[in-house]
Amino acid sequence: MATTIHTALQNLRTTRVWKSIFRRGPAITNRTRSVAVFGNLFLHWLPVKVREKSLGFRAAYYLGSLSLLLFLLLVITGVLLMFYYHPAAPKAYHDMKDLRFVVSNGVFLRNMHRIGAHLMVLLVFAHMFHVFYRGGYKPPHEFNWVVGVVLLLVTLFLSYTGYLLPWDQLAFWAVTVGTNIISAMPIVGNKIRFVALGGNIVGENALLRFYVLHVVILPLLAFLLIGVHFWRVQKDGGLTVRPKDDDGKN
Amino acid sequence: MSDTKQNPAAEITSETSVVSRRDFLSEITVGALGIAGLGGTALTYQYFSPNVLFEPATTFRAGNPDLYPVNSVTFLQDQQVYIVRTPAGFYAVSAVCTHLGCITQWKPEADIIACPCHGSKFQPDGKKIEGPAPRPLPHYSIILTADGELLVDKLQTLKFDQVLGA
Repeated sequence: MATTIHTALQNLRTTRVWKSIFRRGPAITNRTRSVAVFGNLFLHWLPVKVREKSLGFRAAYYLGSLSLLLFLLLVITGVLLMFYYHPAAPKAYHDMKDLRFVVSNGVFLRNMHRIGAHLMVLLVFAHMFHVFYRGGYKPPHEFNWVVGVVLLLVTLFLSYTGYLLPWDQLAFWAVTVGTNIISAMPIVGNKIRFVALGGNIVGENALLRFYVLHVVILPLLAFLLIGVHFWRVQKDGGLTVRPKDDDGKN
Repeated sequence: MSDTKQNPAAEITSETSVVSRRDFLSEITVGALGIAGLGGTALTYQYFSPNVLFEPATTFRAGNPDLYPVNSVTFLQDQQVYIVRTPAGFYAVSAVCTHLGCITQWKPEADIIACPCHGSKFQPDGKKIEGPAPRPLPHYSIILTADGELLVDKLQTLKFDQVLGA
């Protein structure tokens, strides 16, 4: 059986379709392994070599990777929730209730999205603390630290805009209070609040605006910044490793 | 340098102007893009400021004055306004806390208006007793219509001593 699968795979590698997708032979030497990484859109930003230490659990506690994983989970569950959600008052509230009590497995998806979002905020903060206390903001990581701070803000804005979408009392008052904080800004505060809400009160316009921010603009921004963030981690020499953890060459 | 002497056009350029063609074009381009960017920002801001709003009306009728006994504070929940009647007359106090916009509550047993969110307390006339609220609760315009009902306008505020005589 095992040999059959092996033979089948080897035969597959000799087909014209396979050779057209992967323009290389099997990755058995260092050179062909490098070519395999460089020639793949999804892998090309990864280094072809990493230090073993920086792959260790202690180097990262995997907090950043877990945040990415949660982001992907939230994208998937969020897109699924969008199939049943209308960003209109008062339909939004009823859709949320339907997702909880009527739609098959709706409560599972909604809670996965909701709890995942809380967890992501928690993990992103843990990640920030970890990076900060390990000196991850020092050269050559300054730029990536700033990207990380912006990503923290994007995470918080995603959390905040998503908070309004159930259109319940908690959502309404949280956004009423939050946007009133904006209007405490001198001179432009009330104007910014008006534009953010699309009106003077938290109404239909505000719900739609927060929805568009939550499902399109902020996720795209997060996706872009996460790309830069991970790429930069690799280009700056992998995850931050303390000199004493290092291979002694630093 | 011998090149410029052999080429009359280059000599004229170097004597009459210090801006090269490349610099001139790039400055023009940056300037044009800057103006377009500013214009785009202004247009986007205008686009995001709605011209027509479908929000609840800001004026409302509060019914016959006889509905409100002397020395009473009545909370109109739909409008988020207190109608206060004193021996001197009527005034309408906003129920929206000036701190962060929560709806305050009238506490008749303590004779105060209290905010549940962050603990601001006000007198029945809207003046702050304590808490984080930065301003007193505003008084709205209140008038008597021709058919004898109270009419409140939440877009107009009055001074504290302006009372609709009973």
